Amino acid sequence: MQSYSVLVVAAILFVLGLLGVLTRRNIIFILISIEIMLNAAGVAFVAAGARWGQPDGQVMFLFILAMAASEVSVGLALVMQVYHQHKTLDVSKLNNLKDDIDV
Amino acid sequence: MNYLFYISSIVAIAATVMVITRHQPVHALLYLVVSFLGVAMIFLSLGAPFVATLEIILYAGAIIVLFIFVVMMLNLGRESAIQEKQWMQPKTWIGPSILTAILLGELLVLLTMGGSVPMPQQTVDLKKIPLSLYGEYVIAVELTGFLLMAGIVGAAHIGRHKKKYLHRFLKQEEEAV
Amino acid sequence: MQEILFLIPALPLMGFLILSLAGRHLSKQVIAVVGAGVVCIAAITTIWLGINFLQTPQENGAYTVTLWRWMNVANFSCSFSLRVDALSLVFLFVITFVGALIHIYSAGFMKQDRDYARFFASMNLFVCAMLILVMADNLVLLYLGWEGVGLCSYLLIGFWYETTANVQAANKAFYITRIGDTAMAIGLFLLFRELGTLDIPAIQNAAPEHFTKSSPLITSIALLLLAGGMGKSAQVPLQTWLPDAMAGPSPVSALIHAATMVTAGVYLVARMHAVFQLSPLAMNITATVGAVTLLIAGCSAMVQTDIKRILAYSTISQVGYMFLALGVGAWSAGVFHFFTHAFFKALLFLAAGAVIESLHHEHGIFKMGGLKNKLPIVFYTFLAGAAALAALPLVTAGFFSKDQILWYAWSANGGSPMLWFVALAGAFITAFYTTRLMLVVFWGDVKTHIGEPPGRLMTWPLIILAVLSIVAGFIEWPHNMLHVTLFSDVVQKVLPAVTEKEGVPSESIFQLIAVVVTLLGIYTGYLLYKKNASIVAKWKLVSALVGLRNFFFSGWRFDQFYHTLFVRPFVFVTSLNKQDVIDKIYAGIVSMFQWLNGIFSVSQNGSMRTYVISVLIGIIFILALQFFL
Repeated sequence: MQSYSVLVVAAILFVLGLLGVLTRRNIIFILISIEIMLNAAGVAFVAAGARWGQPDGQVMFLFILAMAASEVSVGLALVMQVYHQHKTLDVSKLNNLKDDIDV
Repeated sequence: MNYLFYISSIVAIAATVMVITRHQPVHALLYLVVSFLGVAMIFLSLGAPFVATLEIILYAGAIIVLFIFVVMMLNLGRESAIQEKQWMQPKTWIGPSILTAILLGELLVLLTMGGSVPMPQQTVDLKKIPLSLYGEYVIAVELTGFLLMAGIVGAAHIGRHKKKYLHRFLKQEEEAV
Repeated sequence: MQEILFLIPALPLMGFLILSLAGRHLSKQVIAVVGAGVVCIAAITTIWLGINFLQTPQENGAYTVTLWRWMNVANFSCSFSLRVDALSLVFLFVITFVGALIHIYSAGFMKQDRDYARFFASMNLFVCAMLILVMADNLVLLYLGWEGVGLCSYLLIGFWYETTANVQAANKAFYITRIGDTAMAIGLFLLFRELGTLDIPAIQNAAPEHFTKSSPLITSIALLLLAGGMGKSAQVPLQTWLPDAMAGPSPVSALIHAATMVTAGVYLVARMHAVFQLSPLAMNITATVGAVTLLIAGCSAMVQTDIKRILAYSTISQVGYMFLALGVGAWSAGVFHFFTHAFFKALLFLAAGAVIESLHHEHGIFKMGGLKNKLPIVFYTFLAGAAALAALPLVTAGFFSKDQILWYAWSANGGSPMLWFVALAGAFITAFYTTRLMLVVFWGDVKTHIGEPPGRLMTWPLIILAVLSIVAGFIEWPHNMLHVTLFSDVVQKVLPAVTEKEGVPSESIFQLIAVVVTLLGIYTGYLLYKKNASIVAKWKLVSALVGLRNFFFSGWRFDQFYHTLFVRPFVFVTSLNKQDVIDKIYAGIVSMFQWLNGIFSVSQNGSMRTYVISVLIGIIFILALQFFL
């Protein structure tokens, strides 16, 4: 097993997650895709740690895990609110931050 | 161990492809569990059994459960699946796919360009993880504590059911109208 | 004794603070009591201080007290310290005593005005600033007072600010004095560069050693200081603001534009006598400025029809006498004329204010008349003031001070027959226009309905000032008559004594000439405006004389001259640049950013996917860079 093969797997997972963020319009799918991207980053960290036989990669994965947990809890709470207020999960309709300046 | 790695990699990638192409949210979540399990296997093959366990417990366990709860509460059934099908037109995914393919190509070129070394086939000593966690990374641990705290409070605050919320300026505008 | 020194400026300051902060909520009685009271207490303190000062002379000839260190930067340090010597004491006495009388008068004069508190607050602030000016131990503190009185003058000229003309007059006074102030500031900078200090006693001591006599440097310093004094004291060519400054209430004219502030220039020159003595050229220029001013202003005063403008031109002319005296080296004579002039000119302004008030704000003297019997107190006090102004021999204060100046204009070291002759002509003119003023206003027929006569608050200050206008001169007699020199004995502890030329004819001859000329002036006035008024009527038909009269009336066309010289070119240049070329650059920058904003706001379309795609493109770009680096 070569070192780059793990990183290639991580890269493929990351790009798939990114593709999900870009193509899906449902917020829940976007959140899922973000989870995939975070997970891919974790894979890269762990692989790098294993390459050098050091624990730091795994420690970083723990931090990513904690971050993913809090991100998902806040994100899902936001999804609930969005659904309550706008009765939709379509991100392309959630564009109130559009700049309406007339020049 | 090499076979374990390649097989689990293929499983993880295939499951992930299925996740981002499903119409039903629940189906996607099931594939997501498979993907997480695949990744956990990769960790095992890399000699990191502790993270593999956490991957299963937290990602495949807790986070997936959260998603399922939300899907349940929003009652996303067949209608949303039909909706998803309408949204998944080729014109929406072709452009992004090309862009991400370019990114992937770049990544692959860069990763293979730097030469390669065989991965060492040994397990990192489990004791070293908590030692460095509470040694050199102790400040990061505390910051993570803050983050989790903020996440909990934020989620509790945002998730509260309340009336349609308007900023006070918008409210004034509305009253004026 | 010197510990109480700070009280003198602090009391009016306190009055100012009370009236400006709480004046809105106080009744008019309380305002009058506070406003006039603080100045009265300051006057009593000053008199007490003065008696102590004269009885127990100080070692260094001055009371000094350092209140606090004001600023301390590198090798420059400046403290907030007060210093009272004989010269300051004369000014202190006039400011507080005449100031107190004018405040009492104002309590009656202004009682109909709704901005009662603002008036007294400004007056108190003025008194405070003026006291700081004359009590300052260093020139920086003096400059603080100098600017303070300028500010108060501005505030009070424009006191009735609803009328545009008053505001313009206030602006004019402010701008023109600013020219002099700037020159003075430059003079102070030069002094500091040369001597490294601005403490007045230090300058007195160091200047004679540091500067060589009549070097260009000391001359330019003296001239710059003189320019400051000329601005404040309304001397030619910076005199045009004072006649317009009469837009303020009469007590203001009396206090600021007759008795105290306009003599600040005299104080400055007298204070800096050590500097001026080193430059004979500057002294000559001072004397010439005084002589020219007294003639020009006197001529204008002859033909004015507004009672206050007559007095204003007369003030300019009298201050010109003071500068003349200072310029020829008769320091104490100049200060003595300031002393007597403060009484009779304040009196004349206050009496004029009473007349104007009684005649329903009528200013033109030819619409007045016949007031002799209707307003007897005003008449007699005005008569005393006018007699002093005309320098009626032996019985008035004005005679004693002006006679000294006339004498020294020839006989002092810096004097010359030419200066004497101009001063003599000025004496004739003064006597003439004073007589004209008296006769037109108080004799003849009643032409305007006479309202209420002034109350006791207004008449008592008039009476006190009238008495002083008569007796104030008796403390200093001409040398050849009586050996009474109380005033110069005191002042000459600070100011150098006058040095006289050799071989000058006897003083008595000069006095005789001056008396004759004064009486001639009075007689001319009597002849033209009482006995044989048809002469004036005949003159009015001669176009050359009418032209001359209009020339004098407009103040020798100085305003028009300045208008052509400064205002018109400036307006021309500004009209060329009406579109404001420089502003175009900034307007261009603004519109460029608005245009860019329009372009970039397209990118803020609220769609999350676009944002992510731009991030993605950024990542691709940065990674692509890796191939080339």
